Amino acid sequence: MTFWEYLGYRHQQLLADAYQHASAVFQCMVLATAIGVLVGVVTYRSDWAGNLATTATSTILTIPSLAMIGLLIPVVGLGVPPTVIALTLYGLLPIVRNAIVGLRGVDPALVDAARGIGMSGPMRLLRVELPLAWPPILTGIRVSTQMLMGIAAIAAYASGPGLGNEIFRGLASLGSKNALNQVLAGTLGIIILALLFDAAYVLIGRLTIPRGIRV
Amino acid sequence: MSETSARTGDTATHGASIELENLTKRYPGGQQPAVDNVSMEIKAGETVIFVGPSGCGKSTTLKMINRLIEPTGGRIRIDGEDVTDIDPVRLRRKVGYAIQSSGLFPHMTVAQNIALVPKMTGWPKKRIRDRVEEMLDLVGLDPGEFHGRYPRQLSGGQQQRVGVARALAADPPVLLMDEPFGAVDPITRDHLQDELIRLQHELHKTIVFVTHDFDEAIKLGDRIAVLRERSHIAQFDTPEAILTNPADDFVSGFVGAGAALKRLNLTRVRDVEMQDYPTVTLDTPLQQIFTAIRGSGTNEILLLDKRHRPYKWLRRGDLMRAKGSLARAGTLVHDTVTRDATLRDALEAVLTDNAGRVAVTGRRGEYIGVVDMETLMNSVHELLEADRLEAMEAQHELEETRAQQTHQEQEGPGGVTKA
Repeated sequence: MTFWEYLGYRHQQLLADAYQHASAVFQCMVLATAIGVLVGVVTYRSDWAGNLATTATSTILTIPSLAMIGLLIPVVGLGVPPTVIALTLYGLLPIVRNAIVGLRGVDPALVDAARGIGMSGPMRLLRVELPLAWPPILTGIRVSTQMLMGIAAIAAYASGPGLGNEIFRGLASLGSKNALNQVLAGTLGIIILALLFDAAYVLIGRLTIPRGIRV
Repeated sequence: MSETSARTGDTATHGASIELENLTKRYPGGQQPAVDNVSMEIKAGETVIFVGPSGCGKSTTLKMINRLIEPTGGRIRIDGEDVTDIDPVRLRRKVGYAIQSSGLFPHMTVAQNIALVPKMTGWPKKRIRDRVEEMLDLVGLDPGEFHGRYPRQLSGGQQQRVGVARALAADPPVLLMDEPFGAVDPITRDHLQDELIRLQHELHKTIVFVTHDFDEAIKLGDRIAVLRERSHIAQFDTPEAILTNPADDFVSGFVGAGAALKRLNLTRVRDVEMQDYPTVTLDTPLQQIFTAIRGSGTNEILLLDKRHRPYKWLRRGDLMRAKGSLARAGTLVHDTVTRDATLRDALEAVLTDNAGRVAVTGRRGEYIGVVDMETLMNSVHELLEADRLEAMEAQHELEETRAQQTHQEQEGPGGVTKA
């Protein structure tokens, strides 16, 4: 069976897997973005808190993904929970770091001006600091997404959803007729998804970054 | 009031008085306070300039007025209301704030920037829209053209104008300006200063303005506070008084060389006494001209053209040499000054004129009088003398308040809280 024949034969299963893969990554990204920006907002004003947040999230990233998921299985069981937890944790670092860098990078004179014209703290954050820090934050989200695309494949190890199942199935039956096709289909699927997501981010950037600060 | 605000039907708020009482800022760990016991009264509608070397605490003092920097001691009163303990956000919405390099938010359009404070204070949309147009008009930018632009699409001077428009948008009685023109080129700065003078003429806000440029202070200030380290007031007086009678070496060092020349910038030709020269017009019969020359003390008369503009200086011998032809006699008037010219301009004209006098003209160029070296010198001496007297009085007052302060310091904290 050639690769194309394989695709034609299994396309329904592949599309379902791809959809689940994308959906898992998307949902975990929403979660990671919310948590990451929140952590950034809470910690950027203080030197040590900001450094602590960055160090903590980069420590998480150094844990091999297979080990992380393996460690989560006894705690939260198989399937979706370990996948979501692992992906969200991995997704944090670029977002937290870029949020802190972005928020700290806002011109102090502008913050001063915002205070001077009578903006309250939350208002300053929402109307001035976050919009100005948004381009680097969005970059962080983009990097995070690319990373999670790959890591999400590992989630199949914990019976999680997604294209990883395709890859693991192929690896488990190496030597059989369709093993290579399975691995190839899973891998290519992930690459295509990653490119689609990236294109979406370019569009989001166009729509959400104000014209006045677009480069 | 300007016709623009009449159009929107609201009368602009005029200035409010500001009182600083023993204002002090002490940073944790600092040996000396950054701002030490500053007391000052700023009258409603007055432009007061804080001037001093960098690091003297002038900016800190300014930022304590809207409590961007919280004072560690002392009181601030605006229009009699103690604002030292009210919600700073509420306070700042009543106090306009403009800073160096404009502080415009780059992600908002010009209109959005200007609309910020009115929006926060909850103005209805329609009123905000009108106000934005009005403010752009006021600072000399075409609303149609600049409304939707982003700050980075503006020149430095235009950004600064928008910055001032934003500060004034909610019509605050007080405007604080922290070296607002520090980052623009000298020519633009000059324009912006003129604009500010014009604006203040219309609006009568209370303006507190920080700069390290003494010439800027002289140009803009009704009164100037020369500050030395820790924001101690070295002299707080009118530009005239500071120029003619600096309180001490520190102030005179800051005033710099040429104080008397700078003083000439502050007085206009209309304020000094002009000489009345005998004049004749082109239609005057020759005989009468001769009589006029003979009758004049200086043996010189001014010939006016048909529209009564100064045309030629005529001396006794001129007519003889020209054989009675008015067209060839005399020397052309090549330089005149208006009544609104500064004495410095007049002096310049007198110095370059070969006979040491210059004709003063009215709005349509018509002859009004003549200023010469002697009248200039006399008026300058009178001015300086008057300034000196005034300054001495002010100096006396300042010394009294200082003595009081020292007294309080020696009395200890009990004495301070009583005050």
